[in-house]
Amino acid sequence: MSATFVGMPAFPSAARAALADTQLRHNLAHATGTIRDKRARVVAEVEEWEDLRLAGAAVKQSALVDLDRHLVRLEETLTANGATVHWARDAAEANAIVARIARDHDADEVVKVKSMATQEIGLNEALAEEGILAWETDLAELIVQLGDDLPSHILVPAIHRNRAEIREIFLREMAGVGRPAPADLTDEPAVLAGAAREHLREKFLRAKVAVSGANFAVAETGTLVVVESEGNGRMCLTLPEVLVSVVGIEKVVPTWEGLDPLLRLLPRSSTGERMNPYTSTWSGVTPGDGPQEVHVVLLDNGRTRALADDVGRQALRCIRCSACLNVCPVYERVGGHAYGSVYPGPIGAILNPLMKGTGDPQTDSLPYASSLCGACFEVCPVRIDIPEVLVHLRAEVVDGHRGDRVPKAEAAAMAGAAWTLSDARRLAWVEKASGLAGRALTRFGRTRLPGGRAAAGRIPGPGAAAWTGARDLPAPPRESFRAWWRRTDGGRTDHTDTETGEGS
Amino acid sequence: MRVALMVTCFNDAMFPETGKAVVTLLRRLGVEVDFPAAQTCCAQPMVNTGYLDEAVPVVRTFVEAFAGYDAIVTPSGSCAGSARHQHGIVARRAGDPALTEAVAATSPKVYELSEFLVDVLGVTDVGAYFPHTVTYHPTCHSLRMIGVGDRPRRLLEAVRGLTLVELPGAAECCGFGGTFAVKNADTSVAMGADKARHVRETGAEVLVAGDNSCLMHVGGMLSRQQAGIRTVHLAEILAATEASVPEVVA
Ligand code: SF4
Repeated sequence: MSATFVGMPAFPSAARAALADTQLRHNLAHATGTIRDKRARVVAEVEEWEDLRLAGAAVKQSALVDLDRHLVRLEETLTANGATVHWARDAAEANAIVARIARDHDADEVVKVKSMATQEIGLNEALAEEGILAWETDLAELIVQLGDDLPSHILVPAIHRNRAEIREIFLREMAGVGRPAPADLTDEPAVLAGAAREHLREKFLRAKVAVSGANFAVAETGTLVVVESEGNGRMCLTLPEVLVSVVGIEKVVPTWEGLDPLLRLLPRSSTGERMNPYTSTWSGVTPGDGPQEVHVVLLDNGRTRALADDVGRQALRCIRCSACLNVCPVYERVGGHAYGSVYPGPIGAILNPLMKGTGDPQTDSLPYASSLCGACFEVCPVRIDIPEVLVHLRAEVVDGHRGDRVPKAEAAAMAGAAWTLSDARRLAWVEKASGLAGRALTRFGRTRLPGGRAAAGRIPGPGAAAWTGARDLPAPPRESFRAWWRRTDGGRTDHTDTETGEGS
Repeated sequence: MRVALMVTCFNDAMFPETGKAVVTLLRRLGVEVDFPAAQTCCAQPMVNTGYLDEAVPVVRTFVEAFAGYDAIVTPSGSCAGSARHQHGIVARRAGDPALTEAVAATSPKVYELSEFLVDVLGVTDVGAYFPHTVTYHPTCHSLRMIGVGDRPRRLLEAVRGLTLVELPGAAECCGFGGTFAVKNADTSVAMGADKARHVRETGAEVLVAGDNSCLMHVGGMLSRQQAGIRTVHLAEILAATEASVPEVVA
């Protein structure tokens, strides 16, 4: 696996590959199970959790409704605080801005605090092309970077790795890019974290330029907010001379007060903690303290496209807590890489199509990467109705193909089904045929379900094979319910055994 | 009260015994249930696969078939959810005010069976008898889309002779998900395998749920594994008595 998502296969084939990796499945099931239980425990402690969710959703929603106004206000306040604000329409513009700032300071390396936005725009790769090295300082990001790997989780990008694998990566890779890992490295979490700290320290002390993201940006005061667990982020935010923050435009919160529910919702939803160990806020430049040059790059890269979608807009409320990933039964089994994006899991399944637009096979497969079980909506701290958006985007995918010269088999099947199902007589006729087919069906791999009902075992053919590869399929009954109702006047004249009665 | 049975196309074609059980049960409780013959499907297969235009005539058939009833009872949490939460979306998108109005009149009258028994009829002991060890899978749409809560459990706990055992990871999806089971077959099977394993762990003789689609998926898997565990719809257990045990559950 090399560090780019470009050219990923569509979800079903990526999922198949991931499912075959038993170590990965084990790592994921263990990690998501643990964090899921932890989250449930600390959320249960908050009596007014539902009110808090409503408040959090309302803050983000009101920010989105007047996003243009809040962004202009943010620019004013940041500028007044001594920061320089840049606007970037897409990844290329944003990367060019960051590279120029680094070059202006003759920097050939930058340190980074975990930022999904910079991962989204491929900043590290773009800087590398300019001869500038970017060092990830979040522990999990470091593991991913050293392993030349891709992140597979929003919060725990290396969730697919276990401790033994991490130890190996550290031993193999650290020496090539700085301070080597100690030879006696064990796979104890504290020992691994210690090795990372030593490795990173020399980079913190050397770097002139740091790059960060932001969890929130408060418009009324021009304040950026980062929450994290390790303190490495705070080193990035305070030690270097120059700080560049790449911030998605949906991160705006109108008022300082609005942060209140969000900062209470985020830690419990994400890591299952009552409070984030480190919450850092900074408002432009403070003379003599911290970075003396602060840049803020406000990034669109598809966000206004998502904003224009009436149903999909709510996805921009996301505070990247990753709760939806940790409860998603699909994510738990296939992991993050199958989604082909820095945004995996249920939120990725809607955010990627909303920001990129549907139309290519990989993006179009994402809204279908869900059983619509609704677990994601249940835990989302800002009440994003992910199942609703998934169905909405499926319709967009289908509508995108309505003009195809050769309709997909599925489209023909759905049109046929709709024709049958919009008239009870047609349905009755099809049921009669299926009752007849049922008897033929059982001739392929004849079997019986417990209780005695006839069933089909393995059947060849595309759809049938997908079903019967692992599941027996009950044969259709001889008589449908409606045929029975008609024959017996709703059971009032039925004194015969229905299995042997008329209707056959 | 005019009560209609919404049997669902899936039960109609594949699990008619479930529909018969609802009729038996409601009659025993003194409710005369009607079967509007013009009914077909809730349109969920189209809606959930993204074929919203195709869903329009199906939704129209639905509201026409069930117009004028006070309550529409269905042995499917999933189809109840579809009627309650998706028909409005389909009608609005079609830009058909008359259809939107008809949906608004019909949708709130749709009840999943356990909701109808507990909330409308006010009963939890329906006089059933089922002398088996049973474990209950709360299907996702029952649990989260329409929120039936503990109603099915309360009904099951009142069944004489029945031993209810806890299903580990009960709230987790079984992996059916309609066309998901075909479009993402590998993931669906992986999810179903875990559900089937949990069912086996309970040692129950019978797996019960309020949706035959999920039962067909998990049951098909249990059958392939020769686990010897039957799957039975909630309605069929509630319809069973000492005097008349429906043949499917006999
Ligand atoms: S969609 Fe909701 S649950 Fe998922 S990461 Fe975003 S805020 Fe968290």
